[in-house]
Amino acid sequence: MSEVKKTKYFNPYIGGVLLGLVLLAANFVSGRGLGASGAIKSVVVSTVNTVAPSHAENSAFYKNYNENHENPMKSWLVFQMMGVLVGGFLSGAFAKRLKFKVEHSPKISSKRRIIFAILGGMFFGFGSQLGRGCTSGSALSGMAVLSVGGFLTMAAIFGTAFMLAYFFRKNWI
Amino acid sequence: MAPLIVNEIISPDTNLFIAFLIGIGFGFVLEGSGFSSSRKLAGMFYGYDTTVLKVFFTAAITAMVGMLFFSLFGWIDLDFVYINPTYVTSALIGGVVMGIGFIMGGFCPGTAFCAFSIGKLDALAFIGGLILGIVFFTEGYPLFEEMYKANYLGTPTMNELLDIPRGVFALGLILMAFAMFWVGEWAEKKFPREEY
Repeated sequence: MSEVKKTKYFNPYIGGVLLGLVLLAANFVSGRGLGASGAIKSVVVSTVNTVAPSHAENSAFYKNYNENHENPMKSWLVFQMMGVLVGGFLSGAFAKRLKFKVEHSPKISSKRRIIFAILGGMFFGFGSQLGRGCTSGSALSGMAVLSVGGFLTMAAIFGTAFMLAYFFRKNWI
Repeated sequence: MAPLIVNEIISPDTNLFIAFLIGIGFGFVLEGSGFSSSRKLAGMFYGYDTTVLKVFFTAAITAMVGMLFFSLFGWIDLDFVYINPTYVTSALIGGVVMGIGFIMGGFCPGTAFCAFSIGKLDALAFIGGLILGIVFFTEGYPLFEEMYKANYLGTPTMNELLDIPRGVFALGLILMAFAMFWVGEWAEKKFPREEY
């Protein structure tokens, strides 16, 4: 037993209802759902605009994006993601889960975990741009409005992860 | 009356402030549900922890039913709610690439930020990877543009595709979710693991 007693997680069905209400509130206020990868894209575009303005003017993606967005950082998703950091921190603080650590299966080293996290992030980041949103923006928010694309993306994400689970089992179990 | 921003009930700046508040709720619920742990998230794919399935589908059906009732009561005009467009090729290929990232990295973008907020360094590494992956896409965009825009269907919804009323599809999805919850509960009993 650890000395500091950790608070347990929410019941998953109650957590799900709460998450659904947050998503409903987002749609009610702004007419669109939640998201995460879009905020990182805003940061990427904004950085390129600042660091390499001539590159941003001459390359198709940034040019297109800047024509449609006045200021990439003044976006709904950027503000929402700043909120996520605060909300996650508060929950972790109340539940006494704030701690710097690399979480991994006892069968693998921290180094291996970090390498796989970076690689996984690269795949996920690229896929989220191709698929026009990640698990939050495309799959969850898309499903709530019954978007066909949202259902396809959801099935592809979870289906692929299930199919490949066997090959990566050492990392997790 | 809703969406509030579309009907100019709130200003764009108020909308951004509410985005921040909604984000706090989002992060709080994700963390409180255990989505700040990659091993808990990955448990989904080995059957030892199906929290992801339960939270994800409960959230989807709650929001879906909420919007149906709000629309019925005249509280929200669904014509002004954003429906994600459907590009079949990129939705599927993008989803497959994200699935690879999920099983390798154990997070998705939203959960990685949530985990980072409580100090998970593997989540920080994942976020670094996300940035690299996004830069790879934006820099190489001309190479992917054709695939990105292929097989565009507009903004169809599932009930339109199946040609059934929205409520009937919603009911079907709820029943399907309940069936999956039952399988999830069964899997957790069959592949039990200690708390980690």
